[in-house]
Amino acid sequence: MKNFESLLAAYLVAWAVFFIFEIRIARSVARLREELEHLKETLEN
Amino acid sequence: MHRNGSFRFELSGTLAVAALMGVAGYAVFFLAPTERTMGEIQRIFYFHVASAWTAFLAFFIVFVANLNYLMRRRPVWDQLAVAAAEVGIAFCTVVLLTGPIWAKPVWGIWWTWDARLTSTFVLWLLYVGYLLLRSLVEDPGRRAVTSAVFGIFAFLDVPIVYMSIRWWRTQHPEPVIAGGEGSGLDPTMWRVLLVCLMAMVALLVLLLRQRFRLEQLRGKLEELRLHIGAKPTPRF
Repeated sequence: MKNFESLLAAYLVAWAVFFIFEIRIARSVARLREELEHLKETLEN
Repeated sequence: MHRNGSFRFELSGTLAVAALMGVAGYAVFFLAPTERTMGEIQRIFYFHVASAWTAFLAFFIVFVANLNYLMRRRPVWDQLAVAAAEVGIAFCTVVLLTGPIWAKPVWGIWWTWDARLTSTFVLWLLYVGYLLLRSLVEDPGRRAVTSAVFGIFAFLDVPIVYMSIRWWRTQHPEPVIAGGEGSGLDPTMWRVLLVCLMAMVALLVLLLRQRFRLEQLRGKLEELRLHIGAKPTPRF
């Protein structure tokens, strides 16, 4: 199949963009939750 | 119990989107007919075009949320706008990356500064600028107003991108959908495109929901920080 590598590359690139985006959101949520807990503790003390 | 229910809902939503993406992938590779002149590489069309339309939808959400913020001044609209802008950038990035991979074997070049390609790149830059602008303003109220005004103007590029291949002669192919006489798409190709579009829109909803929740969390944190007089968290 001619140009199949390019087709596959485009498909993988699209998936990679969404995957990286998803990971970025998950990491930011985890970091902010941690920070929120820390601030709540500071307020309680 | 509530957290468990929410987690199950989240998980089933993610699995449903993943399944829909799988179906779309199967349709692109195995059900769509091979185009006569370009061959296999034309299959990029399905997720390239679906991503572009989904990016337009995301930027439309930014536009509506920005307008609503300026009218009602409720932070939730600002949070929705920034979430949709980031998701829209992700879809626009897919368009800008898959386009050149398609162009190289067909046109012999990765990129050319024609009206469609340039206006799409400008669209991407405008929304990246929107996010950068937000990182420069510390006061939440001023940040929301400034970025809302910028976001409304940025949306003006969406109709320009859409109409560019109708208004100017470009290297980019003429429209095959709603392109007037002589244009059109094979019925199976249409169905595959619709499946891909559904999958992309489902992915948009999933990502937007998660990104919106992140922004709400950020808002809460900012409020708490202001309350205890701590320094705001850098936005990047």
